[in-house]
Amino acid sequence: MASPYRKLLVAQVRSQTQYRVSFGLDLFFSTVLTGLDLATVWVLFTVNDSLGGFAGRDVLLMVGIAAFAFPAADLAVGSVERLRVYVRTGLFDAVLLRPLSTLWQLVAMDFAPRRVGRVVQGTAIYVVALAFAPVQWSVPVAVLVVLAPLAGAVFFGALFVAGATVAFWWIDSGEIANAFTYGGRDMTSYPMTVFGGLFRRVFAYGMGFAFVAYLPALAMLGHSDPLGTPDWLRWCSPLTSLVVAALAAWFWRTGVRHYRSTGS
Amino acid sequence: MIIQTTLLRKDFTVRKKAGRFRRTSTTVSAVDGVSLSVAEGEMLGYIGPNGAGKSTTLKMLTGVLTPSGGTVSVCGLTPVPQRTTLARRIGVVFGQRSQLWWDLPLAESFTLLRHVYRVSETEHAARLRHCRSLLDLDSFMDTPVRQLSLGQRMRGELTAALLHGPKVLFLDEPTIGLDVLSKQAVRGFLAEVAAKGDITVVLTTHDLADIEKLCRRLVVIDHGRVVHDGTLDELHAAYQSKRRVVADLDAPWPDGLTLPGASVETVEAEGFRVTLTLEGATAGEVVARLAQAVPLRDLSVREPEIEDVVARLYAGR
Repeated sequence: MASPYRKLLVAQVRSQTQYRVSFGLDLFFSTVLTGLDLATVWVLFTVNDSLGGFAGRDVLLMVGIAAFAFPAADLAVGSVERLRVYVRTGLFDAVLLRPLSTLWQLVAMDFAPRRVGRVVQGTAIYVVALAFAPVQWSVPVAVLVVLAPLAGAVFFGALFVAGATVAFWWIDSGEIANAFTYGGRDMTSYPMTVFGGLFRRVFAYGMGFAFVAYLPALAMLGHSDPLGTPDWLRWCSPLTSLVVAALAAWFWRTGVRHYRSTGS
Repeated sequence: MIIQTTLLRKDFTVRKKAGRFRRTSTTVSAVDGVSLSVAEGEMLGYIGPNGAGKSTTLKMLTGVLTPSGGTVSVCGLTPVPQRTTLARRIGVVFGQRSQLWWDLPLAESFTLLRHVYRVSETEHAARLRHCRSLLDLDSFMDTPVRQLSLGQRMRGELTAALLHGPKVLFLDEPTIGLDVLSKQAVRGFLAEVAAKGDITVVLTTHDLADIEKLCRRLVVIDHGRVVHDGTLDELHAAYQSKRRVVADLDAPWPDGLTLPGASVETVEAEGFRVTLTLEGATAGEVVARLAQAVPLRDLSVREPEIEDVVARLYAGR
């Protein structure tokens, strides 16, 4: 099943490496720029006061989950943002004419291998966080330690897809989508207690950003949510991610049916 | 019937500025109730002026666009919900849009397509060999697609559309922008495909020579509606196309001279060349009367041209 997509992906990597200098520069800059993430980690290590009621090392765990989840989603499906180019130029016609899923074709055809660097970096931050944070190890916690960052990646991936889908109706939709994806990434790195009431209710719990890092981190640390949500909710992030992914898939299919193509 | 549509319709909403913030939206039907049935092995020419709805129809037949109304069935499938199944049974060439990978050599695009369509290696090799010899691909198989000339690329596109052995081939302006030789190569190849009779072909074009050389059946569409469906001869009969006699004379055409059964269309070259349109009389009768009236040097009888008919058809809209 995966074979045609893998071939498309390999072809994409091959065509990218046709422009060698450009590929090298891309890789170089995307690695350098992510050095900023490391600065965040260093700051958290030096925090002695509490951050929204949590110690610096507790927050580090949330940063770690988000630091893996976001770049992993970006690596896997971040290239769907190129959909708006396909829609504007009518190239999406060619995508629809092949006997493959439209979404996975786009993902494979625009795969950007330079994003691997950030995932490696994110994984390192997560491992460091697990070592330094006071994690209450048990079997369910160990399972969550593996599943939570993956569920977070699925959550962000669904967000990328949903954001890109808007281009079927409104081609210049890039900035709106970015507000949710990049904004969401920044939000998930903090305890939800630092945000104000309405904002928190809408984004953290309504849209589910709290499920990415905050709630699973609470479960790993053995804390209850100081905001008063029930304890079982802390274990629900794999489930909420699946729901969000299903919604994104439905939205995508609706978008494809509204594709208008271009003249001639 | 391998292709069947009934009252197929596609509406687009067009928004226009009306004042600083207000927009008015109007609904335009690009395709407005097209009913077509195409039998297996048929080669259908689909023509119409720009914006008549040709490409939109083709996009609904191939599953790219969702119809606003009516029904479509291609190879017994409904294109939109069964898009991926249908994609294996049809081949598509959009003249203005490439199916190939821009940065990869042609040969690699073909290999990639083998995996995308999951064609067995032997079948793929046999079809590729056939296309390579018929379309003369050998000299540019290893050139990246972006460096191919338009003629070369179009030959590549045709090959790409046929490698998975489709039952129906959709061609949207396959000869657009090609030089005379490339056009001949493409037409010759399509004639070969049509002659075998195992592939149904639907072809849109602005070059009516494509139709004359390839298609027995012709569908003319205008404003999203079918205005003619039949053979080329039926089109000429319906629009009363007339044969012409063009004569070069040794003396200028006398002013006001008329011949029974024919009318004077033009008098050119200072009266030394006259074009007559046959109105009921046979060419023989007119030539005989002409020879009696004026000294003849040279003479030719011209068949009606499809361009003229279509121009009249488009102009009368």
